Amino acid sequence: MSERADTAEDNGGVIAFPPERPLHLDSGGALAGLEIAYRTFGTLNADRSNAILVCHALTLDQHVSGRHPLTGKPGWWGPMVGPGLPLDPDRHFIICSNVVGGCMGSTGPSSINPATGEPWGLAFPVITVPDMVRAQAMLVEALGIDRLFAVVGGSMGGMQVLQWAVEYPERIFAAVCIAAAARHSAQNIAFHEVGRQAIMADPDWRGGAYAKEGLRPGKGLAVARMAAHITYLSEAALQRKFGRELQRDGLSWGFDADFQVESYLRHQGATFVDRFDANSYLYITRAMDYFDLAGGETLAGAFARAKDVRFCVFSFTSDWLYPTIESQTIVRALNAAGARTSFVEIDSDKGHDAFLLDEPVLRAALGGFLESAALVWDAR
Amino acid sequence: MSASRPDFEEILRLVRPGSRVLDVGCGEGELLELLVRRNGVDGRGVEISPEGVSACLARGLAVMQGDADRDLDYFPAGAFDYVILSQTLQAVLRPRHVLGELMRIGERAIVSLPNFGHWGVRLDLLLHGRMPVTASLPQPWWATANIHLCTMADFTGLCDDLALGVDACAIFAGGRPARPANPKHPLENLRAEAALFLLSRRPASNP
Repeated sequence: MSERADTAEDNGGVIAFPPERPLHLDSGGALAGLEIAYRTFGTLNADRSNAILVCHALTLDQHVSGRHPLTGKPGWWGPMVGPGLPLDPDRHFIICSNVVGGCMGSTGPSSINPATGEPWGLAFPVITVPDMVRAQAMLVEALGIDRLFAVVGGSMGGMQVLQWAVEYPERIFAAVCIAAAARHSAQNIAFHEVGRQAIMADPDWRGGAYAKEGLRPGKGLAVARMAAHITYLSEAALQRKFGRELQRDGLSWGFDADFQVESYLRHQGATFVDRFDANSYLYITRAMDYFDLAGGETLAGAFARAKDVRFCVFSFTSDWLYPTIESQTIVRALNAAGARTSFVEIDSDKGHDAFLLDEPVLRAALGGFLESAALVWDAR
Repeated sequence: MSASRPDFEEILRLVRPGSRVLDVGCGEGELLELLVRRNGVDGRGVEISPEGVSACLARGLAVMQGDADRDLDYFPAGAFDYVILSQTLQAVLRPRHVLGELMRIGERAIVSLPNFGHWGVRLDLLLHGRMPVTASLPQPWWATANIHLCTMADFTGLCDDLALGVDACAIFAGGRPARPANPKHPLENLRAEAALFLLSRRPASNP
């Protein structure tokens, strides 16, 4: 990895799998020469039993802690990862990898297609959440870990956690699913479609081949981000933060960003395009839309294989992207399957993004859950 | 660790060590923690308040936020050896449904209730003509969560209707330890401030 590690125990890099070990994809094909960028914090103990895999959300990456090499900002889960926090590098070996299809070092649409020597663009195969999880499993195996103590994730990361539990129940002990759903709703798909259409309507998108021409569909990607960002907040949070406050005295009687909320969203869009690839946005949102854990069967049936995994599920009262009913559906199915399940709906007006913020109830409950799971895990 | 409440002591005495237990309405998990530590049970809880659930998780218990009226339906039949409903049945919307669900998902149920048939309650109502406010029923009628109060006789009547056997019954009064009692004896219905029942599906002869 190019950036200097913050501490001696902040490691990682890019693992390249040999062509004879391709990633088999749900779409039927295979991805040869898979590369997965990852970062680890803490030390793997002698019996390799203290590993926790953190799964990231749509536009996040492997930089869960430490410093982000592109933005220079602290890792995205500061309130939960660090000494004395629920995910503690002094005790745990914390792994976080960029999903396949992403743009932070793992193989994705902006990677070079070995067949053409040019960026994949839309020739990149459609990937799914199970594909992401299979790639993570390859990484975990390559790190010499047979069984993870826990898999933890929020939003799309929570979907990966559920997929882990169903696909590799014998390779995880505990699972923490935060602000997620077992399948994408019509509203989820609808919002994603707005974002994708914004990107594809940008003339600089060039049918996905913008990289070849040295272009970036920045305007389209920014609009996609702006629309999506609204869904991560809540009406109450927006109102409290901005109300109808103006940027400067008086109205412009035009279409400048008169309101602070407009300026805020424009800023969100503008900074996003500096760190994210438009085609990755298309591929990852597609993967989320395709996600349906139960497939043809019942959700309880899907969880039957995961009944020995210890689950903890969290939702937030003001999350309208993955509202509490989605978590309740998961929890009821887990109970029906006989899995040991904890669930709490946390009172917050901060919307979906509450899972990234310092929510004391989340911190205490997640800490308690992992603590008690560790007692059983260590005594096994 | 000692149980502060006499009804907790009685529940700890009744629950077989190592069994699977679901505590419905587990609050902040005091009883569940005692059951796990002292009886070594595989314990889980259901609690309606997020503060209660968070407190349970922070003390390492497996608890889900949920509602006795609605969320028991999703557990499979026979999932637990004991389902505990401590001082909660009188606060649910559909006590008959909930009791039926307890006995579907558990081999046995342990139910404790404030007894509206207690002499103090009866006397209070007789003398004042108002809904009684007593030690075990401390709230006025308009503030109480107890929307389905009943007497021991009412409860054993419902158990008969549902073909449930009372395998054990204990009554509580004056802060004293639990005392075994005949659940259908009219005098016990006068003496008990609260009562606790161990129920099973197969009809058993009353103790």
